[in-house]
Amino acid sequence: MKASFFKTLRTTLLNALWMMLITFPIMVIKVKPRESLVSWRWMNLLWVGIGTFSLSWIWRYLLSRRDKGSKLNAGRGREVLGLLWGKKKIRAVLLAALTLLVIWFPWIVNLYQVGIITSGLMFVILGLGLNIVIGYGGLLHLGYAAFYAMGAYNYALMYLYWGMQFWLALPLGAVSGALFGILIGFPVLRLRGDYLAIVTLAFGEIMRLLLLNLSDFTKGAEGIAQIPRAAFIRALSLQEATNYLFYICAVLVAFSIFIIRRLENSRIGRALEAMREDEIAAQSMGINLTRNKLITFALGAFWAGLAGVILAAKTTYINPGSFTLLESVMILVAVVLGGMGSIPGVILGALLVTLIPEYFRALSDYRMLMFGVVLVIMPIFRPRGIIPKLRKHYTVKEVDCSS
Amino acid sequence: MEYFLQLVLAGLTKGSIYALIALGYTMVYGVFKLINFAHGEIYMIGAFTALIVGGALQITTDLAPSMIFLISLVAAIFFSAAHGATMERIAYRPLRQAPRLTALISAIGMSLILQNYVRLAQTSDFLPFHSMIPDIPWLTPGVSPITTTQLTIVVTTVVVMISLTLFIKFTKMGKAMRAAAQDRIMAQLVGIDMNRVATYTFVIGSVTAAIGGVLIANHMGQINFYIGFLAGIKAFVAAVLGGIGSIPGAVLGSFVLGMAESFGAGYISSAYEDAFAFIILIIVLIFKPSGLLGRNEVEKV
Amino acid sequence: MSDTILDIRNFSMIFGGLHAVNCVNIHIDKCEIVALIGPNGAGKTTLFNCITGLYTPTEGDITVYNSNKKTVRINGLNPNKITELGLARTFQNIRLFNSMTALENVMIGCHTRLKAGILGAILRDGKTRAEEQGVIDTSMGILKKLKLERYANETASNLPYGPQRLLEIARAMATEPQLLLLDEPAAGMNLAETKRLDYIISKIRDEEQITILLIEHDMNLVMSIAERIYVLDYGELIAEGTPAEIKANPAVIKAYLGE
Repeated sequence: MKASFFKTLRTTLLNALWMMLITFPIMVIKVKPRESLVSWRWMNLLWVGIGTFSLSWIWRYLLSRRDKGSKLNAGRGREVLGLLWGKKKIRAVLLAALTLLVIWFPWIVNLYQVGIITSGLMFVILGLGLNIVIGYGGLLHLGYAAFYAMGAYNYALMYLYWGMQFWLALPLGAVSGALFGILIGFPVLRLRGDYLAIVTLAFGEIMRLLLLNLSDFTKGAEGIAQIPRAAFIRALSLQEATNYLFYICAVLVAFSIFIIRRLENSRIGRALEAMREDEIAAQSMGINLTRNKLITFALGAFWAGLAGVILAAKTTYINPGSFTLLESVMILVAVVLGGMGSIPGVILGALLVTLIPEYFRALSDYRMLMFGVVLVIMPIFRPRGIIPKLRKHYTVKEVDCSS
Repeated sequence: MEYFLQLVLAGLTKGSIYALIALGYTMVYGVFKLINFAHGEIYMIGAFTALIVGGALQITTDLAPSMIFLISLVAAIFFSAAHGATMERIAYRPLRQAPRLTALISAIGMSLILQNYVRLAQTSDFLPFHSMIPDIPWLTPGVSPITTTQLTIVVTTVVVMISLTLFIKFTKMGKAMRAAAQDRIMAQLVGIDMNRVATYTFVIGSVTAAIGGVLIANHMGQINFYIGFLAGIKAFVAAVLGGIGSIPGAVLGSFVLGMAESFGAGYISSAYEDAFAFIILIIVLIFKPSGLLGRNEVEKV
Repeated sequence: MSDTILDIRNFSMIFGGLHAVNCVNIHIDKCEIVALIGPNGAGKTTLFNCITGLYTPTEGDITVYNSNKKTVRINGLNPNKITELGLARTFQNIRLFNSMTALENVMIGCHTRLKAGILGAILRDGKTRAEEQGVIDTSMGILKKLKLERYANETASNLPYGPQRLLEIARAMATEPQLLLLDEPAAGMNLAETKRLDYIISKIRDEEQITILLIEHDMNLVMSIAERIYVLDYGELIAEGTPAEIKANPAVIKAYLGE
């Protein structure tokens, strides 16, 4: 026991020294070429050492726990939750409480808070959409922001040229997102997983470059401003419009959950899952891959288009900078963090990803770094996310099999 | 004609840089079937290390420029290789048995981490990079068509390619890598240590990327923490274009891509310069996923 | 000619110059149990992959005669189309949907026989609900037939090896095939399990009227259940006949035992 402790200590110390060495130029030296100044930040070296030492210790512990295969209790909390949720009465009470909270929410907090939560909810819609593509279909999509952009620009441009209203733009944006999804889906049908990821990334970037460079049509980098907020009979004041959009978002989230849950437990949902598990076997069981992949893309893009319209109505200003690869990656983080394929997981993931940087402003500079850490750590230690997907349990009914 | 020649030279230079980065992609993919998304970041770290070390030496000492260039190049190579090997240990080794998509997600995460580590520790602004490559006297700027930096880039790339090919062909580790690329399980059964192969693969890939990083920084004159992303993606495109997993393919693909970009920007539209790579990628993957020199794989049922 | 349901004529498959299967003629009649045997690498699985649409044959015709006597040439059709036509298969190296439960695996098999689309899934109308309940009942019934019901809610990858092989058969049966292609169903099974497999295969044929074509290396099993046997060697068909004829065929003995 003691020997192994000292061995761990030695390795951990060596790890710390190694990290201090390799990060030395970047962490310690800072050159200002214009002023011909060099500053030496020795304290950083110390932090790297201490940080690596402690992290390495935790890392080794977690890794050894993972390799011992203690995943037995990984889903237990989730099962308890599922059991509670399964009880009809408890579920009804919880849902009623949640509904009341949502209705009250704008009245108990200020405008700023409502805005933040609205962004959070918008992100939930995006996460749920991407979850269809990644979690159910197993297609790693890195250009998801392109669909999002499709929705947003749809509303913005149609307003700009034809004075389109929000309520008409909302379904149109979603549908055009879905059509665009099918359009992008066609050429990538035959690609394997990792290639598909890169090609969708390429599509996303091309979309952004087009938005940027077709400036006669899209206003290019300067973007489109003064997009109207959602109107309710008459034009609304800022306060009213913000609350209104919050309610719209909340309803849309509920709507998405309802639809996606139904899809998940259906013939289509099962087919998508089979496709994710093993394409060849799925095909041999009579599943049409082409059709189902296109369905996956269309469904995923549908929600992105919807969220895009909301974004345009919320911020009243959009430009290509809102739809970069980082945006796609952020949605991916939400899905991976929460749990691929798990609806409650993705909701939690999306809220965490948007709200933590908002409420801990001090951390906002470290946001992208944190996201990176999440993407590295989750697959290693908790590949199924914070709230893993729970498999549906079918009650075995007596069946007459003599027939 | 002169314009044409300029475009050829620009394409050749670009292609060389892509080739230096693409090697890392193609080697890692060949052995581990992993798209090392963070590879572009290693190249960026190479460029930054050269800037930091070179800059510090320029300011604090009065060494000859060529000396400074050499020292900063060596530093860049060392630190990039160290980052590459460490990255493999942390992010990829625990996932070697996991599905490929999982490892790809981890790689995207690693890419974000490295970018922001440099952004936070250094700066998010563009830093000017004073070229440290001393001018060769007989290549007078403005008179001879090729600049010293361009010549250095092309020559270095050729030298690196040749030595790498020799390494893969004749050394024991090179053979182990080829064996692992063919069949990883079999390679392990005959006693090849996959962990060592992994370290070597990442170190070699990082070394060439670092060389590319230093050279491009000298050529372009400025760098920031984000240069790795685009360069990385384009080098990946080059690797796919040539046939991922194939070293000559990566070189060929890089030169084709470099030329295509150079001519596309020169004759069609420079606004879409970056889009050419993506369009080529899409076309290649859809119509000939095995690339120019890659082998067709039939999935075993 | 009696009731032929699968007819393979002049069939060849070439992989980059290598003749994996060369000019083979095979026909299978309704309700037969036919075995396809031969040394490793003889091209048996390749033949299966071509029949089920995973590969497109280089030459020849593969024709399926439907239950209502419609003939369909299936060369180059998508695997899912072929499954719809009533051909289902299992895989040599088990390819279950590993993170789904056994029951869900079988439910996937029902896919082609169902109709519900996106709208049905969302609205969940009476018809869809009835269909869903039907799927669960049918799948459970199939599991019971193969004595797998106690694994119904177990994740497929957690099943023991033998039941995994049976689950593959169950999944294939859920597609309601007229012809079932089994690729080495007994591989890795112990003696008792193989015995039961023997019984199950006969039962499937007798009770469900499903024709069976199987690839197998276990000669005891083959000789006990097959009514006709085809022997492939280096992609050539070297013999065809009843088990007794095959046992006595010198070409077969040579292929298996060498000179």
